[in-house]
Amino acid sequence: MELARVLFGRSTVARYSLWSLARNALSHQEDWPRQWRSPEPAEHYDVIIVGGGGHGLATAYYLAKEHGITRVAVLEKGWLGGGNTGRNTTIVRSNYLWDESAALYDKSLTLWEGLSRDLNYNVMLSQRGVLNLAHTLPDVRAGRRRVEANRLNGIDSEWVEPARIARICPILDISTSRRYPILGATWQARGGVARHDAVAWGYARAADARGVDILQTCEVTGIRRDRDGRVSGVETSRGPIGAPTVGIVAAGHTSVLAAMADVRLPIQTRPLQALVSEPIKPVIDCVVMSGAVHVYVSQSDKGELVIGAGIDAYNSYAQRGGFHVLERQIAALTELVPITARLRMMRAWAGIADICPDASPIIGATPVPGLYINGGWGTGGFKATPASGWLFAWTLAKGEPHPIAAPFSLDRFTTGALIDEHGAAGVAH
Amino acid sequence: MLRLECPWCGPREEPEFHYGGQAHVVRPEDPGALDDAAWGAYVFLRDNPKGVFAERWVHASGCRRWFNVLRDTVTNEVLAVYRMGEPMPVIMASGRAGEEGAP
Repeated sequence: MELARVLFGRSTVARYSLWSLARNALSHQEDWPRQWRSPEPAEHYDVIIVGGGGHGLATAYYLAKEHGITRVAVLEKGWLGGGNTGRNTTIVRSNYLWDESAALYDKSLTLWEGLSRDLNYNVMLSQRGVLNLAHTLPDVRAGRRRVEANRLNGIDSEWVEPARIARICPILDISTSRRYPILGATWQARGGVARHDAVAWGYARAADARGVDILQTCEVTGIRRDRDGRVSGVETSRGPIGAPTVGIVAAGHTSVLAAMADVRLPIQTRPLQALVSEPIKPVIDCVVMSGAVHVYVSQSDKGELVIGAGIDAYNSYAQRGGFHVLERQIAALTELVPITARLRMMRAWAGIADICPDASPIIGATPVPGLYINGGWGTGGFKATPASGWLFAWTLAKGEPHPIAAPFSLDRFTTGALIDEHGAAGVAH
Repeated sequence: MLRLECPWCGPREEPEFHYGGQAHVVRPEDPGALDDAAWGAYVFLRDNPKGVFAERWVHASGCRRWFNVLRDTVTNEVLAVYRMGEPMPVIMASGRAGEEGAP
């Protein structure tokens, strides 16, 4: 096993293929190797990633793949993908307004499109299209403006009128007598959904195969600095681990971890809820979002409607939200899709979203040398997972931001060069 | 859903209130004298603790008056409610509000 690893530069993780599937069928699928190792922490690494969600694992994977840095540890206080990676509504799209965001999210969508092949892991990307509804004249103007901005940035985006909306998604009520009539929509055909758990697992397996140590139940409790103030490692629940470079990729706890190195951030942490219905036959084969009545919905492969809610009004780390927020979501859904009125809801949950004042993320250096942050993705980080990891890996490897990541630096809150994406963010906050 | 005790109207449910973020953020005396970093810090940087947080609420559907709340951001337990201009109560180790506090 070790020999194979030396020879091929990777562990002997079984490659998934039709052939391996057929061969393992002969042994009743009981002989599959574990998808990643659970090693003991080493004393020292080149890079420590704090946070074993999609973004952190993607960062580790691209550090190894693109930059040849494999002495990397991913520290996760719980289990992989157990935070916001496992709590979102899995929507993938890139129709953001500003040039900076368009470059970021379209880089991500491009990576998504080759991801299953790249990772040899089916992330179940389904490019079923994303509708973003407009219900008022200002909505229409903002939507059209966003479509034109997208097209100038080479992003597939178009404006669709109600008659076409009815063909794309027949269960929407497009009658003009509704309180919130549907006047038009933006449509991104390349958008869609992906399997959130598979994204974490796929990146974990591929990173592990390239030599990255994934350490679960390893909670960071402090950030070590040397006499010059440079980062020298972290304190964890499994003992101290040294590294000259530490990247915080811990959605929901970015502020808490940064505070360990006395870094203050322009981030507020709020609960964001979602819920799923009982499974029903296929009724919706795209993603529908509405900022004005405020709901977004798609249908899972199991048949459940996956419904995203708004954020709660106050700061909270509780991973649960108020019932009145869900109630508003259901009211919005039944307004938009009257056939859901008698649908029963099965589960509701909340993630905690780190929100920046401009609804854009922070990717880059902090005032503490060696300490980097990739966070503040707010309510829409899942779609950015591949690009987030790809850009952050570049930043960690070279010590300077990739041109796409450069505008998302922390110092934009000093220069004032904000990237205001409240309109495109999808969730009001 | 939180239940907050408005200092003037008594206990009411959360939808009657609007949130105002961190309490006791003092506007700089002379903004023109600040450099960009200091002004940016005043405008954008806020505490975001996992634990006790002093925050402002307004009773929007009631008396429309502002007040401060000390709340634990993990348990959502409201530890103290106090009026604008009053000092922040000291939170004892027991999690109960004490008599006196810093302004």
